[in-house]
Amino acid sequence: MIGASVLDREPDAHTTTSPIIEVEGLTRRFRSKRSETVALHDVSLSVNQGEFVTIAGPSGCGKSTMLKIIAGLVPASEGSVSIMGEPVRGPQKQIGFAFQRSALLEWRGVRKNILLQAEMRGMDRKHAAARADELIELTGLTGFERALPHELSGGMQQRVALCRALLHEPRILLMDEPFGALDALTREQMNVEMNRIWRETGTTILLVTHSVAEAVYLGNRIVVMSPRPGQIVETLEPGLPAEREYGPTMQDPRFAAASERIRILLGASQSHD
Amino acid sequence: MAAPQQTAPGRAGSPQAQDGASTTAIEALERRGNQSKARKSALALLSASWRPALVLAGLFGVWWLVTALGLVPAYLIPSPAAVWDVFVAEWPQLLQHTMVTLQETVVGFVLAAILGVVTAVIMVYSPTAEKSIYPLILFAQVIPKIAIAPILVVWFGFGMAPKIILAVLIAFFPVVVSAVAGLRSVDPELLELSSTMGASRWKTFRKIRFPTSLPHLMSGLKVAVTLAVTGAVVGEFVGADQGLGFVLLLASGNLNAPLLFAVLILMSIIGIVLFLLVELLERIVIPWHASRRNNLVLAGG
Repeated sequence: MIGASVLDREPDAHTTTSPIIEVEGLTRRFRSKRSETVALHDVSLSVNQGEFVTIAGPSGCGKSTMLKIIAGLVPASEGSVSIMGEPVRGPQKQIGFAFQRSALLEWRGVRKNILLQAEMRGMDRKHAAARADELIELTGLTGFERALPHELSGGMQQRVALCRALLHEPRILLMDEPFGALDALTREQMNVEMNRIWRETGTTILLVTHSVAEAVYLGNRIVVMSPRPGQIVETLEPGLPAEREYGPTMQDPRFAAASERIRILLGASQSHD
Repeated sequence: MAAPQQTAPGRAGSPQAQDGASTTAIEALERRGNQSKARKSALALLSASWRPALVLAGLFGVWWLVTALGLVPAYLIPSPAAVWDVFVAEWPQLLQHTMVTLQETVVGFVLAAILGVVTAVIMVYSPTAEKSIYPLILFAQVIPKIAIAPILVVWFGFGMAPKIILAVLIAFFPVVVSAVAGLRSVDPELLELSSTMGASRWKTFRKIRFPTSLPHLMSGLKVAVTLAVTGAVVGEFVGADQGLGFVLLLASGNLNAPLLFAVLILMSIIGIVLFLLVELLERIVIPWHASRRNNLVLAGG
C-alpha cells in the first residue's frame, strides 16, 4: 500500500452506523427578474461512510447545485443537509472539493499548488509537506513538482487539483464533473486512478458526472437525476467489486445492465456517452 | 505489497503517455536547464531591439538630410548637430530641470498607483462603495486635466504640488480600471474553494486574489506611467519656474528650436525609461505571466 500509514482512516470511522452525509427534502429555486427556476426539487439522499456515490444526470439537472449546497457554498431554499450529524450552515471545512476546471494558481508550481490547502488552513508545515509528497507519488506527478500549471496537460492539472483536495485528509471528497474537460483516454486513466485512490484512502466520495460509463465504473451506488427540476429518479447498486479493472468491468454484464438502465432513465437523446 | 505492483502501469505510464501537452512540460524543464538565463535574455533583448534601432537610425538620417539640404528653415527644424550643441552647452541646467520633472512624475505615479489599488480593492469588496465612488471617478476622468491645472496653481502655487497632483489625477484612472478588472478576473470557483479551506478574507486576498490581479494591474501601470509624464509637464506649462515644461515654454517664446527639440528628446527619454522600469518590475513580479508573452520590448523570453 502506498502511504498506508497516513492515508488509512482510523478504525472507528468504519464502524459508524449513521450516514456521513444526510440530505433531506432539498429544494433550490433560482429567481430571475421574470421567472423562477426550480433547480432541485425535494431531493433526499444519504451517503454512508466509505461509499463512492456517483450522481448521473443531463446538464442542468441541478446536480452541481446539489454538491455546492452540501459543501455549504450555496444555501438551500428548502430542506436540510447535515454532515457527520452537524447541520450545514456555511462553507464546510472538513471536506475536499474538486471542480471541472482544475482552478490552479498559475504562478505556483505543482507542489505549491497542492500546499495552498495547508497554507489556507494553517496546517503543520512539515506534516503537510510530507503528505503532499505522498500524494504526488500516489497520483504519478513525481518529477513535475515545480512545473507550472500551463506546462501540464489537462489530466495532470486535474491530478494536482485532486491532490490539493486530498491534502488535509478529508473524510468526504466532493467532485463536480472533475474529468468533464478531459479527452476520452485520459478520462479513463483518471477513472482507474480514482477507483484506486478511493480503495486506498477509504474516503467517502460524492462525484457528479454526465458520463454514464464514468458513473457506473466509479460508483458503488449511482443516483440518477432528471432534468429541471432536478429530482432523483432512481438509485442503482450494480454490485460490482470494489477493485475494478477497466476493460473487464466494461464487459461485465452488471455494468452493461446498469448503463442500459441509466440510458433508458435519462432518455435516448442523452445516450451519446 | 501487491498494490504498487498492480498500479505501476497507471502511475509510471501516465505522465508520459498522457498527451501532447505533457511533452511541452518536459521540453520546458529541459529548456530551463540548458541555456544560461543571462545569455538568453541578452539574445532576446538584441533580437527585440535591432528593428526599432534601425527605424530610429533611419529617422535620424531623414532628419539630418532635411536640414543639411536646407529643405526647411533652421528656426523650424534645427539640425541634429545644433540640438547636440545645446545638450553639450546646457547640460547642467537641462539635467537639473529633467530631475525636477522626473521627480514630479515618479512621485505622482507612485501616489496614483497606491491610491488606485486601494480604491479598486474597496470597490471590489464593497458594492455600496463601488456605487458611490465609481461615478465620481468617471467624472474626475472626463474633466480635461489641462482645465484643472490653473485651479491647482491658484490653490497650491508654483511649487511641485500642483504638478504632482496633476500627474496623480491623470494616472489614477488607468490604475483603478485595470486593478478592478484584475481583482474581478479571479476564478469564482477558486474563491469557493478557498472558503471550503476556511481561509480568512485577508488570506484569500493575499494568496489568490491579489496575485491574480497582477497581470491586469501591470498593464494599467504601464499606461499610467506614461500618462504621469504628461501630467507633470502640463502642470509645468501652466505655472512653474523649473522643470522641462517650463524650459519648453521659454524656448518656444524665444523661438529657440534647438532647445525645444532637446527638451522634447529629454521628455521622451523620461517616459521610455520609466516605462521600461515598470516593464522590468512586471518581469520580476509576475514571471509566470511575462514568460508567456513575447510581443513587447523586453519580454523576449
